[in-house]
This record gives sequence, structure tokens and C-alpha cells, in this order.
Amino acid sequence: MSNTLSFDYIVPGDDFTRAGEASSDVKHKLKQIGYDSDAIRRVAIAMYEGEINMVIHAGGGKAHVEISPEKIEMTLADNGPGIKDVALAMREGYSTAPDNVRALGFGAGMGLPNMKKSTDAMEIDTAIGTGTTLHMTVYAKR
Amino acid sequence: MTVNDVASILNAQILSAGDLNAEVKTACGSDMMSDVLAFVKDQSVLLTGLNNPQVVRTAEMMDMRCIIFVRGKEPTEDVLALARQKGITILKTEHRLFTACGLLYSNGLSGGDKI
Repeated sequence: MSNTLSFDYIVPGDDFTRAGEASSDVKHKLKQIGYDSDAIRRVAIAMYEGEINMVIHAGGGKAHVEISPEKIEMTLADNGPGIKDVALAMREGYSTAPDNVRALGFGAGMGLPNMKKSTDAMEIDTAIGTGTTLHMTVYAKR
Repeated sequence: MTVNDVASILNAQILSAGDLNAEVKTACGSDMMSDVLAFVKDQSVLLTGLNNPQVVRTAEMMDMRCIIFVRGKEPTEDVLALARQKGITILKTEHRLFTACGLLYSNGLSGGDKI
């Protein structure tokens, strides 16, 4: 029997108020399992930032999460415009978010750098006009 | 101090009650949730003038116990509903952000470690 749990979520792109529901559910599940609290926090931050990004930039997307005793793997995929310059997007303070997003408390250019900082591994697969897929791993013990 | 102490120091109205006896040691004041997500470590109180459900989501992700809306900002029903669901206390004070932070700081709540 496999001891990996997997979950799939749709992140709706039209409703900013609902961003974070998937992260909240994953956080709740990890707490129920009794996962390491530091790992839970890091997963929650990375996935929440990812959800916010998908809502702001890509009109929503999908999240796939796999939980095993050793690690948590998150795949966030969207069909958005893609990231033109990944190195620039990874720079703290660089943001392409519109002003209305800043008014909501996001768009400080901290999202991707914070996701990288919070996880143990992060890969970005992006193509202009096609979309972006982010793969992130958090180990139970850092 | 407890969440209850925070409410009385700020002369705040309790709009949604989580665990009012929860012990809090550090706080963070910000309107930028991106920064809260990037820089907060173990702060359990968030003071903000930003008023939308993502404030509660951010607090939830960071395991915060209490959100204080400053400058008399009235949270909407969806904000309160989410906070009730997550067991997060919501307070409202007429003080400005700087004053509210100062009052809590001078009563012993700290800002946590340097970045």
C-alpha cells in the first residue's frame, strides 16, 4: 500500500476573495496528520503565494499536492501568459502586478522569492502564451 | 499578555472572538500582506488598515491568533465569517496604526527579531 496521499484543487481565477482556499485545506490536512509544524508553515506560505500568483497573473489554475512521510510536493499549473524573464521575476521587489492588486495588499515583488525561500526545491517551467508550472518540494525535516 | 489584554490596551471592540486567553508575545503592523508572508516569523498579532478576506488568509497561514483593524476600519461580513471559521480574533480600534503599535509595544509586546 502506498503511503502517499494526493490531492487536487482548482484555483478559481475570477474571485480574489477565494484565493487561499486550497492552501488552507492542505494546511488543515497536514495538521490532522500531525506533520512537522515548520514544514506545515513553509508549505502554507509557498502554496498560498502560488495561489495568489495564479489568481493575479494567470486567471487561476490547478494545484496538485502529494504528501508522504518524508516530503510534500506541490505542483501549481496555469494556462496564463507565462513569465517573460524568470531571473527578473525571482528578484525581490520586482513585480508586474497591476495597481489594483497592490491595493489588496499584494504585488510587492516578494511572491516568487518567498516561495523559493520557503521550500527546499523549486522549479519553474514557463512558456510565453502557454502558461507556467511550478514544482515545489518541502522536506519534513529541513 | 493575552488577546484580551490587547483589546483593553487598545480600547478595542471585539468583533469576532477566538481564544481571548491566548498568550501573545510579538506583533507585526503592515498593510502589505506580501511582506507579512515574507518577513513574519512567530508574530501572533497582526495590526493592519487593509480590509479584505486575504488579511485573514494571511494570518491563518502564519498561525496568527489576532487581527486588529486600525483607524476604525469596519471589516466586512465575509472577513468576519472567515475569521470565525478559523478561530482568529478580530478587534477594531479607533487608534491609528502607529499609535496602536506604540501602545502595545510600551505595554510589553515586542516586534520580534530583526529581519
